[in-house]
Amino acid sequence: MRGINITISVLIASAILGYLMAFVAGLCRLSSNIIIRKATGFYIEVFRGTSLIVQLFWLYYAVPMLFDIQLGSNWLVGVIAIALNYGAYMSEIVRGSILAVAKGQTEAATALNMSSFQRMRLIILPQAVRMMLPEFGNYLIQMLKATSLVYLIGMNDILYYGNILRSNDLSQAPTVYLLLLVFYFILALPIIWLTRKAEVISKKGVAS
Amino acid sequence: MTEPIVTFQNIHKSFGDVEVLKGINLDIKPAEKVAIIGPSGSGKTTIIRLLMTLEKPTSGDIIVDGKNLWKMDKNGKLVDANEKHLRQVRGDIGMVFQHFNLFPHMTILENCMTAPIHVKSEDKKTAKQRSIEMLEKVGLGDKLDNYPSQLSGGQKQRVAMARALVMRPKVMLFDEVTSALDPELVGEVLEVIRDIAKEGEMAMILVTHEMDFALDVADKVLFLDEGVIAEQGTASEVIEHSKNERLQSFLKRFRA
Repeated sequence: MRGINITISVLIASAILGYLMAFVAGLCRLSSNIIIRKATGFYIEVFRGTSLIVQLFWLYYAVPMLFDIQLGSNWLVGVIAIALNYGAYMSEIVRGSILAVAKGQTEAATALNMSSFQRMRLIILPQAVRMMLPEFGNYLIQMLKATSLVYLIGMNDILYYGNILRSNDLSQAPTVYLLLLVFYFILALPIIWLTRKAEVISKKGVAS
Repeated sequence: MTEPIVTFQNIHKSFGDVEVLKGINLDIKPAEKVAIIGPSGSGKTTIIRLLMTLEKPTSGDIIVDGKNLWKMDKNGKLVDANEKHLRQVRGDIGMVFQHFNLFPHMTILENCMTAPIHVKSEDKKTAKQRSIEMLEKVGLGDKLDNYPSQLSGGQKQRVAMARALVMRPKVMLFDEVTSALDPELVGEVLEVIRDIAKEGEMAMILVTHEMDFALDVADKVLFLDEGVIAEQGTASEVIEHSKNERLQSFLKRFRA
């Protein structure tokens, strides 16, 4: 089935960019600098509080018109919109997980004379990431489903080709959409499996 | 007379409106073993947390090996220490916690060798070898690749001691290290502390409720009461012969 490469490439790119955003924004939320903290908080609330479709349309239609910025291909716009949106959600997971690492861990690392950077890198993050993994998996599945929205900015993903098939023969609608569901489900299966694995890993090696 | 390794000069510490320490003056000589006893809430733990830089004093100075811990010189003026300064001064201090605070995502060996490698820039081989020696010394040479969750409380606390000792501190702090242990595991931990104390070169400050142990190990005992040092002297002076009434009634509860 054609279009699957678009769906997968958008998913992979927006997942990588989204996780990156999540870490950057999550760490910024914990910054001691109040301006960085507030600015990041604003970004997170705006992107969590508004609809992904509208954000997609903003980036694709409104931003180039208002500011005369070309964000590049519709592929890139789709990736950026999904990454910014899910990055905002996931940054709260990053922040929460870091805060959830027991205070005694920071103190023990301080007692060993580690710098704040070493504490974060060697002690806090390795434990926090274990806590993040299951939630990250859940959001990856959601991102997979969100990729179908790039159809609306004219990309030829699997939903687009499904709609073409249906318009060739309207009576095929149930079959076509059933196939689409199966496709998304098959794509989600490895992610679901990964999430299960992640849950097992995350149960090991975290301070209670 | 030898220069003290740690000096507290009129240290005050408040948490919100509550003043926990009300002017602590204290000298600890190199290799001296000091036990701090006193009722809960008297500020015992706060004293060693200030020294480990886990809390900041409200006022007063702490001098470690001739250097001011919480203040540094900037263009001839004393200002609050930054992280770099704190790291320079607190390198001589190590601490063992009541709740062990081992790193759960690392093996026992990694728990011990991470800090020498990253903080002291030791090469991996040396750090590993020294860590193994230290773990053997506390009787855990056969558990190197285990994770903390696989150990008993007493074993965890012995790992925590090895982890601190590998850093070769000049002053070691023990924060009620047996309070979170099952009674039958207390002995093995005290045994290790006794061994360390016998080696002698390190100063030790022990916050403890084990009176007999304090009597046995400590050169000096401080009785802390409501944020002041109410009584101090040799272990036998304080624990066996003191006339301080509050100390008497405090000790009575342990002897009962």
